[in-house]
Amino acid sequence: MSPREVFALRDYLSPELRGRTLSDARHQVSLTDVLSHTCVGGRLRELSGRSVLLSVSGQLIAGLAMIELDGIARRMLLCPPDLNPDHVQALIEDADIDVIVTDEPRRWTDSGIYLIIGAHLPEEPAKVVARTERATEWLMLTSGTSGVPKIVGHTLEGLCGAIVAEGPARGTPPVWATFYDIRRYGGLQIFLRAVVGGGSMVLSEYGEPLADHVARLSARGVTHISGTPSHWRKLLMSGAAAGFAPRYVRLSGEIADQAVLDGLAQAFPNASVGHAYASTEAGVGFAVNDGREGFPASLIGEGRDGVEMKIVDGSLRVRSKRAAHAYVGKRASALTDSDGFVDTGDMVELRGDRYHFVGRRGGIINIGGLKVHPEEIEAAINSHAGVRMSRAKSRRSPITGSIVVADVVLAPESAGRDKEIREEIFAQCRASLASHKVPAVIRFVEALNVTPAGKLARSDA
Amino acid sequence: MSVRLRIIAAMKQIAEEQQVKLPPLNDELSLHETGFDSLAFAILVARLEDDLGIDPFTISEDAAFPLTVGDFVRAYENVPA
Repeated sequence: MSPREVFALRDYLSPELRGRTLSDARHQVSLTDVLSHTCVGGRLRELSGRSVLLSVSGQLIAGLAMIELDGIARRMLLCPPDLNPDHVQALIEDADIDVIVTDEPRRWTDSGIYLIIGAHLPEEPAKVVARTERATEWLMLTSGTSGVPKIVGHTLEGLCGAIVAEGPARGTPPVWATFYDIRRYGGLQIFLRAVVGGGSMVLSEYGEPLADHVARLSARGVTHISGTPSHWRKLLMSGAAAGFAPRYVRLSGEIADQAVLDGLAQAFPNASVGHAYASTEAGVGFAVNDGREGFPASLIGEGRDGVEMKIVDGSLRVRSKRAAHAYVGKRASALTDSDGFVDTGDMVELRGDRYHFVGRRGGIINIGGLKVHPEEIEAAINSHAGVRMSRAKSRRSPITGSIVVADVVLAPESAGRDKEIREEIFAQCRASLASHKVPAVIRFVEALNVTPAGKLARSDA
Repeated sequence: MSVRLRIIAAMKQIAEEQQVKLPPLNDELSLHETGFDSLAFAILVARLEDDLGIDPFTISEDAAFPLTVGDFVRAYENVPA
């Protein structure tokens, strides 16, 4: 029944590895004896071979349910907490969902799904120890801002490709954390590292103040942590980083510019600071650990670990065993071109011997007929030492049709120097950007919105 | 500061940023002779909108774009606050 070559998360959770935990702000669960417990009332026989929608309120219970369902369910669709309820019905149909696992069963009574299985904490002892039956298909949602998200299909093997390639962490087992939700690709990578790599993990908690979150990370001895550049900029701005001393700091999900890399190297002098390229569709592409923005041009080509990259029409294309295998659904488009490459939509530019990310293809703003990536302007603004984060956007103009304007969040130490800093930012932008890319207006703001996926919000631009 | 003085100040600031040498400004000077290109005017109009709260060229669809500095200033002065 359990062919040896099929492996599931439970097969990494050996009871011999003691002291491993998974925690959030309220609970701590032992990963050592997680296999002898159940959070779905032991109803695995009913879940066997089914297509499961996993919709739970917290990340801890989501993680425990993933461990329990993997290798049992036919497929498992991970619902992020910010999923728009209006999109649920379309997703249920597209993914052929026939069971919902939830800690809010009443919410689903009208879903048309007759089998609803309650998930709850604390876990209870399991009467039977579950065995891996099959390779479960992992379904994740894209984090685009408009319309029904796309369903992206992965296997555990593909999701763990980069983890296996890196090998187990040496020395003391790591304590992992991420600012992401683990039901998003970036967060799931960290969760899988913790489970597969033999460590522990501290989960983020929706709505928890940043200072409380970081205090919890410190108290639990977090050593390895990841987030988007926007997450990290917020942390650097908050002043809450003092006293927190991870040894491994990673950025992904947005462009890591030199300013944020330098800011983190300064805040965490004993940490290895690096950035990684990954997307829900293309999987983990590569990691850059030399502390510099962009990536060496030598990574383009056949590459290593089964990841092959090329640049076509300015965008990065990836062919990889870690990529998703398909978009799932009746009207799903092809995930790859006929040669098996995923077009990431991430635009790059060669400068010297490095490629630099310049923005998203879909995020281009049009300034008087000229195409501009807002990220390129933000990188120029962020390179000013007094700036923490910024957002460039277009504003209509009766003269040129549109112009670039920028909202800028200053570092606390810049207080009272607005006029001087504004002039310095203008001067810096003029020195490094073409004239139509220099913001016409710079506005200082208290904060910039970040989406639930950890990316700078651009939708209100 | 009057609307006129704020416009003049904004023009001087932009001229400095754009490295444009402004001739002495008077009402009869044609906008073309200021040395401002369309981008410089776009910046001027955007900043004045933030400063004064009005953009006379967008409010009125058929407003002809002014030809002289005097026309430009009057476009702002003539908009009811």
